[in-house]
Amino acid sequence: MPRTIQEINEKIKAGKAVVVTAEEITGIVKKKGVGKAFQEVDVVTTGTFGPMCSSGMYLNIGHTKPRIKLGGGTCKLNGVPAYCGLAAVDLFLGAAQLPDDDPRNKIHPGGFRYGGGHVIEEFVAGKDIELEASTYGTDCYPRRELRSWLNIKDVNEAVLFNIRNAYQNYNVAVNLSDKAIFTYMGILKPRLGNANYCSAGVLSPLLNDPLYRTIGIGTRLFLGGGEGFVSWQGTQHNPSVPRTEREVPRRPAGTLCVIGDLKGMDARYLRGVSMYGYGTSLGVGIGIPIPILDEEMAFFTSVADEDILAPIVDYSKGYPELKSDVLGEVSYKDLRSGKITIGNKEVPTGPLSSLTKAREIAQLLKGRIEKGEFVLTEAVERLPGKESGITFKAFQERPIER
Amino acid sequence: MISRRVVLHFPSELVGQPIISNTVKRYNLEFNILKASIAPPEGGLLVLELLGGKKDVQEALDYLKELKIKIESLSRDVTRKDDLCVHCGVCVALCPSDALVLNQATWQVEFVADKCVACELCVKACPYAAMEVRL
Ligand code: SF4
Ligand code: SF4
Repeated sequence: MPRTIQEINEKIKAGKAVVVTAEEITGIVKKKGVGKAFQEVDVVTTGTFGPMCSSGMYLNIGHTKPRIKLGGGTCKLNGVPAYCGLAAVDLFLGAAQLPDDDPRNKIHPGGFRYGGGHVIEEFVAGKDIELEASTYGTDCYPRRELRSWLNIKDVNEAVLFNIRNAYQNYNVAVNLSDKAIFTYMGILKPRLGNANYCSAGVLSPLLNDPLYRTIGIGTRLFLGGGEGFVSWQGTQHNPSVPRTEREVPRRPAGTLCVIGDLKGMDARYLRGVSMYGYGTSLGVGIGIPIPILDEEMAFFTSVADEDILAPIVDYSKGYPELKSDVLGEVSYKDLRSGKITIGNKEVPTGPLSSLTKAREIAQLLKGRIEKGEFVLTEAVERLPGKESGITFKAFQERPIER
Repeated sequence: MISRRVVLHFPSELVGQPIISNTVKRYNLEFNILKASIAPPEGGLLVLELLGGKKDVQEALDYLKELKIKIESLSRDVTRKDDLCVHCGVCVALCPSDALVLNQATWQVEFVADKCVACELCVKACPYAAMEVRL
């Protein structure tokens, strides 16, 4: 008999739900089989922590006296430009935004020590942020300049809004060229000097629900130390990639767009990131509970690192030139061992996604559910699946000739 | 045979003199240059690994001190701010001297300061600015 999310929530409220992490369920299923695992376990918690560049926050800072209309003007938070082309006092800051005077890669590789991601971390940590805005005056919004300290506790809304997070599987990045390269996948040493990867593997949310049976629009999740929801599929959501027999995508596939109240979050799970020679980002912690509705969900969540295959991609040529060449596939079990073999070369591996933090998040979420502080939600709409026909399009370039 | 990693700050008047080659010859040492920079007018900076007999290395350092070269020992100079490290492990494959090691059992990245040669690769590579250089 399958169980419903409602039944699970009742158990959670009664303090009787059995919650295990996505690492633990793998062992349980191996030992006892899916039937037994389904009977015993109600919820599996996942976790992931890594740089997620499509993250950002929006704020409503409240109206000034006299009023100012930032829409149409410009605005900076700690020197980092924020988007304010909205109404009067709403603004959005993306993790990859840089101060205007940052030298970027003028002297390559640049350091990128401070950007939008770092502002978000400091803001969440409760530090005062310097707001600087300048705009034009109107009859109803006469003020033109604003310089002030800004604190998260004083703004009306502070919302984390990440339009693409929690990638279902990801590339393994290598460098086939003769010189070191500096990428969003880290520093890659020449001639296959290292191989960097970035997924929580066995703990990764969407790898434990490969067909998006339970994670959908409206799913409540652990986000940046607080709570949030899946608000849509993430951008570049690409469910139609090749999959293994157990439906695990063999290429970067599904993604999530997530939203949550920044005021309830914790800077330990939202960390400013600097990628040397590349830019800034935000390290985001996400954990999603998966209800074990039936034997199939017990089976899906029992995915192990050896079941997850990731494509090896050359970031010196293949990736920048948008060639879809894949040098091979490698399992997360091998990646986790610290070295993989490519051709006849032994290559050390480097994880960008923190397994330590992913475990911490899965445990934290497990604790919150066990204590009845976190209940599950029914998705209001499913994410587009492999039958949706959605594919990941390249830009259709049409040169402008006038 | 011991190895000492040291940072030497040269006064500008000594830049350009064959001090290191004279010293290693005199005290029968081997050396590796880990980092060198010359920035007049302040002088130069050299990060060296000296290998040799314990007494010889000590005497060589005393000799360099007499020449008004300021000497710092290196293991203090690249540090990790433990509260910033998320133990991702991306620095481990980059470290040339096994000073950053991933404990497979606990998945914690350990920093073994004694082994560090201050190449600063991890300082650049750490996404969370956890590795810090103080030279
Ligand atoms: S790269 Fe930085 S955060 Fe990651 S393990 Fe190394 S020191 Fe820690
Ligand atoms: S500076 Fe960093 S990368 Fe270089 S030897 Fe020391 S610990 Fe290793």
